[in-house]
Amino acid sequence: MARFKKKKPSGPQKINTSALPDIIFMLLFFFMVTTTMREVTLIVKVQPPDATEVQKLEKKSLVSYIYVGVPVKSQFGTESRIQLNDAFATASDIPEFVASEREARNEEDRKFLTTSIKADKNTRMGIITDIKQELRKANALKINYSSKKVQSLSN
Amino acid sequence: MALRDVPEINAGSMADIAFLLLIFFLVTTTMDIDTGITRRLPPPVEDDTEIDIKERNIFKVLVNSSDRLLVEGKPGDIRNLKEDVKEFMTNPFNLETLPEKDIRFIENLGEIEVSKGVVSLKNDRGTSYEMYIKVQNELTAAFNELRDEISLRYYGIKFSNLVNQDRIKAVQEAIPIAISEAEPENIGGN
Repeated sequence: MARFKKKKPSGPQKINTSALPDIIFMLLFFFMVTTTMREVTLIVKVQPPDATEVQKLEKKSLVSYIYVGVPVKSQFGTESRIQLNDAFATASDIPEFVASEREARNEEDRKFLTTSIKADKNTRMGIITDIKQELRKANALKINYSSKKVQSLSN
Repeated sequence: MALRDVPEINAGSMADIAFLLLIFFLVTTTMDIDTGITRRLPPPVEDDTEIDIKERNIFKVLVNSSDRLLVEGKPGDIRNLKEDVKEFMTNPFNLETLPEKDIRFIENLGEIEVSKGVVSLKNDRGTSYEMYIKVQNELTAAFNELRDEISLRYYGIKFSNLVNQDRIKAVQEAIPIAISEAEPENIGGN
C-alpha cells in the first residue's frame, strides 16, 4: 500500500521571485524603445480635430511642429496664438523658424522635412491661412494637418 | 588549490532599480503617434498669372465663416460631399457639365481615362479649423475611395494595401489628388 507523506504545515509558501527583475526589465525596455521625450512644453491648448483619412507621420526627426491654440495661461489672452519652439510667435517668425529647422538637419534630409500644424479645432482659419502663406514663402511645402484618427465622423 | 566558493551577489534589489527606471519611462513616455492629413502647398507664385481652367472642370467648394458649405453654387451638406466629389471626378455618364477626361497611357495600368477635374476649396478667414479639416477629410476620402476602386479593379487589393512602388505610382497617376486651394478671402470677418 502506498504511503502518503503527510505534508508538514509550514506557513505560507514562498513564491519564487527571481524572474521578477526579468519581467520588469522587459517592460522597461518596451517603454524605453517606445518613448519619445517631449521636446517642447506646450503653452497653448491644442485639441486636434477628428478625421478618418489620416496618415501616420513617419520619421519623427524630419518633422517640425507649429502649435496653434488658445494660451494655457489666461494672462496671455484668449485669442489663438502661434507657438514655435517654446515661445509665442507671430506668422512672420515662421520663415526664420523654418530656416533654423532646416539648418538642424542633414543636407539630404532637408527636402523631406515636413511641417506639422498642430492646431486646436476651435481655431479660426485666418491664422492657419497666414501660417500656410508664410510656409509657402519659406518653401516648406510639405505640411500635415495634425488630426486624431477616428472611425467615423459624427456630423 | 581548493575551489573557493564564488560569493553570490545579492540581486534582490535589482527589481527595485528596474522598477525605478520603469516608472521613469512610464511617466515620460507619450504614446501618441502623430497622425494627420498630409497636403502639399503650391509653390509661391511671383506673378498673378491667371490659369484658365474650363468651368466644367472645376468643382467649387466654399466654406463661409459660419461653417456653411456652398458646393457648386448650391448650399451643400458635408455628408453628401464625398459622393458628389466622386461623381464629379469619375463622370460616369460622360455628361457635358462634368469634367473632361484624358486618355493617357500609364505604365502598369495601360490606357486609362484620367479626369481633368480639379476640386477648388475656398474658405473664409473666419471658418473654424474643425470644419476645414472635416471638408479636407471628405475630399481626401473621396480620392482615396477612387484610388481603392482603381486598385481593386486592376490589382485586386485596396490602394492602402499595395506594396509594389510601381503600382502605387501608377494608381497615384491615374487618380491624382487634385485639390486646389484659393487665396483666402475675408468677407465674414474674424
